[in-house]
Amino acid sequence: MTHPFIKLIREMPWTARIGIVLVLIYAFVAFFAPWLAPHPEQQVVGGEFEPWSSDFLLGTDNLGRDVFSRLLYGARNTIGIAFATTVLAFCLGGILGLVSATNGSWLDQLLSRLVDIMMAIPQLIFALLLLSIFGISVVNLILIIAVLDATRIFRLTRAVAMNVTVMEFVEAAKLRGESQWWIIRREILPNITTPLISEFGLRFCFVFLSISALSFLGLGLQPPTADWGGMVRDTASLISFGDITPLLPAAAIAVLTVAVNFVVDWLLHRASGLKE
Amino acid sequence: MASDNKTLLTIRDLQIEALGEHGWNPIVHGVDLDLKRGEVLGLIGESGAGKSTIGLAAMGFARNGCRIAGGSINFDGTELRGKSETQLRKLRGKCVAYVAQSAAASFNPMHRLIDQYAEAPLTHGLMTKAQAQREAVALYERMRLPDAGAIGFRYPHQLSGGQLQRAMTAMAMACKPDLIIFDEPTTALDVTTQIEVLAAIRDAVRNFNTAAIYITHDLAVVAQMADRIKVLLKGCEVEETDTRTMLSAPRQDYTRSLWSVRDMEAVEKPPVTAGTTPLLKVDKVDAFYGAMHVLNNITFTLHKGRTVALVGESGSGKSTTARVIAGLLQRSRGDVCLSGQTLAVSYKQRSRKQLQQVQMIYQSADTALNPRQRISEIIGRPVEFYLGLKGRARDDRVKELLLQMELEPKTYFDRLPSELSGGQKQRIGIARALAAEPDLIICDEITSALDQLVAEGILKLLQRIQQEKDLSYLFITHDLAAVRAIADECVVMQKGLVIEQGPVREVLNDSKQAYTQELLASVPQMDPDWLTSRLQKTEASSLLSRS
Repeated sequence: MTHPFIKLIREMPWTARIGIVLVLIYAFVAFFAPWLAPHPEQQVVGGEFEPWSSDFLLGTDNLGRDVFSRLLYGARNTIGIAFATTVLAFCLGGILGLVSATNGSWLDQLLSRLVDIMMAIPQLIFALLLLSIFGISVVNLILIIAVLDATRIFRLTRAVAMNVTVMEFVEAAKLRGESQWWIIRREILPNITTPLISEFGLRFCFVFLSISALSFLGLGLQPPTADWGGMVRDTASLISFGDITPLLPAAAIAVLTVAVNFVVDWLLHRASGLKE
Repeated sequence: MASDNKTLLTIRDLQIEALGEHGWNPIVHGVDLDLKRGEVLGLIGESGAGKSTIGLAAMGFARNGCRIAGGSINFDGTELRGKSETQLRKLRGKCVAYVAQSAAASFNPMHRLIDQYAEAPLTHGLMTKAQAQREAVALYERMRLPDAGAIGFRYPHQLSGGQLQRAMTAMAMACKPDLIIFDEPTTALDVTTQIEVLAAIRDAVRNFNTAAIYITHDLAVVAQMADRIKVLLKGCEVEETDTRTMLSAPRQDYTRSLWSVRDMEAVEKPPVTAGTTPLLKVDKVDAFYGAMHVLNNITFTLHKGRTVALVGESGSGKSTTARVIAGLLQRSRGDVCLSGQTLAVSYKQRSRKQLQQVQMIYQSADTALNPRQRISEIIGRPVEFYLGLKGRARDDRVKELLLQMELEPKTYFDRLPSELSGGQKQRIGIARALAAEPDLIICDEITSALDQLVAEGILKLLQRIQQEKDLSYLFITHDLAAVRAIADECVVMQKGLVIEQGPVREVLNDSKQAYTQELLASVPQMDPDWLTSRLQKTEASSLLSRS
């Protein structure tokens, strides 16, 4: 018998393998950015818009900072914040969704209608509005996007948990006198982890894209912190000279999104395979 | 044999394999089968015997994860093995049709019945839509569906289970196929509906001279339908003879054991001493689903160490009564008392002690056991929750319970429910109820989803535990053979009312109530002429009532 982990990798489709390798590379870069980057993140090290050279691998930006180094630091900032935001959104939306599904009375109505109202406002515009009310800071950015994305997670969790709450084993647990928390944790949660994990992957991409979009608009991470969305804006004028440097941070965003989706697709496939 | 032009289907040395964890395992080991035009062959055996697999193979089809590994399937002169999917598809629906167990799950809920009926004739280019619809109405009439002209224009959810099963049979006949495979078409129906469906199927098959393979685990049902019966066990043939010989003189012990549950009788118990407080007293209970009055003035008692059976067709309020007793549905009037103590209306207001005293076992063990919990946790949780046992003590108790269920503790302790058979799952359900050490267990149709041999095992197990622990059961069922086998008293329900109650022998042997009599008369008997005589009687009585 081979080890189940080796078996798992062997049965993986090639898209999932590529996805996992790419995600690991991104994580590695984000973690070891200070050691990998040839120049500091925020320091002006050369002239403005210097071309690609052995000293500045990908040239410099509008203030003379090294684009390659900022790209590496940007991985750390953008991915870190997106990850924290997604985790927070999941805790918030997931727990409320589960409580809503198992409680089923006025609390469910109240939470569901509240979420409906929040979802009625376009997300990006709502985020812009809230950011201008509460002021721009990393903490506010994380909190606002987490709350807005939690509405989607709430909906999903509530829907999949609903399907489980009507099962007889949940009824049996209720009749046994189990507490609501125990039923959520032991009876429902193990049965909905697969859709939640895949939603986590997708949601991470969306959060990542919203942060980049906000940064591009100048409302996300504030300079001089390196961020891929902001970097696109900083070097945007180069595009008219036929230079592809502004596309590199955009490509970094795109590749990570695709890689995460490869992994999520595979997780979803495995989940549906179990149901057959 | 194959040169005989009356032969429709010849299967020789059929081998079918299923994909398991360690590669392909054989599940059908070289079965032969012959079918002449217009003949009905019954396939019978317990679950896992390979009945459905063989039935599907007659269409050249193997389920997902299965493959036809060897042998030949000759249908009307053509060999089906080695044919491409496209060639087979031309055959299916047109020359061979299939009727599944659950018509409700097999119809597409988004399309009207008549459109689904017309699908096969249109695809095969046999008739126009208008023609198909005309024929559909004629067939619906044949199937004795009410309002045959209009019923096809309804959606599946607007019909009852028995009506859907008949509509499905009509659909299978749409292209006038040479062969129809019926896969347990009446297993999910209660006895009174079953008769209508059986009569309709038999009538249609005879009229169009269609050959049929009838798959079931109920010998009495197959006796009404089939000319010949083939008994299967674990993918092998046990014996095959014509129906009358099989019933009067089965050669194999296994065949005989298939209907032993019908001969099981409850153990006689001494009468209850007058004046003792009953364990459970249901007193003048009413309940509503929204505005619908589902229970009306329900009254009965259950004494310690006894079994009361709640009997009736679907929709009679049997399960609703159980839900009211458990506190899942709130009663609007009346009392439910346990050992003289009135129970709160909702389970939420009951004490842990009261909850512990009443446990439930469900019909479908698939939904009653959490698929993500191991057996040790499913049974261990009530042990821990009610008795406060932890760690080793808890595990020992779980193993003890598994032993009581006749399941080897070492093998099953760490398994997931998906790694068990239907009967084993039901035993785990019983073990979970017993783990709480209750006084009363409500058994809600616990044997209905099981075949007769497995059901018999479960009933015997329940009987043994009752003798050991002086337990009481409230046994809900529509299977009167099971009632005879286990219950002391019987409560007959219809449309939310108690029609009749009393000791089982009195109620089942000489009832004065017309409804109870009809229920009793609807249970198929081991007599090939039973359905014919039964239908003659109902026709005679309906003629009388009309004149």
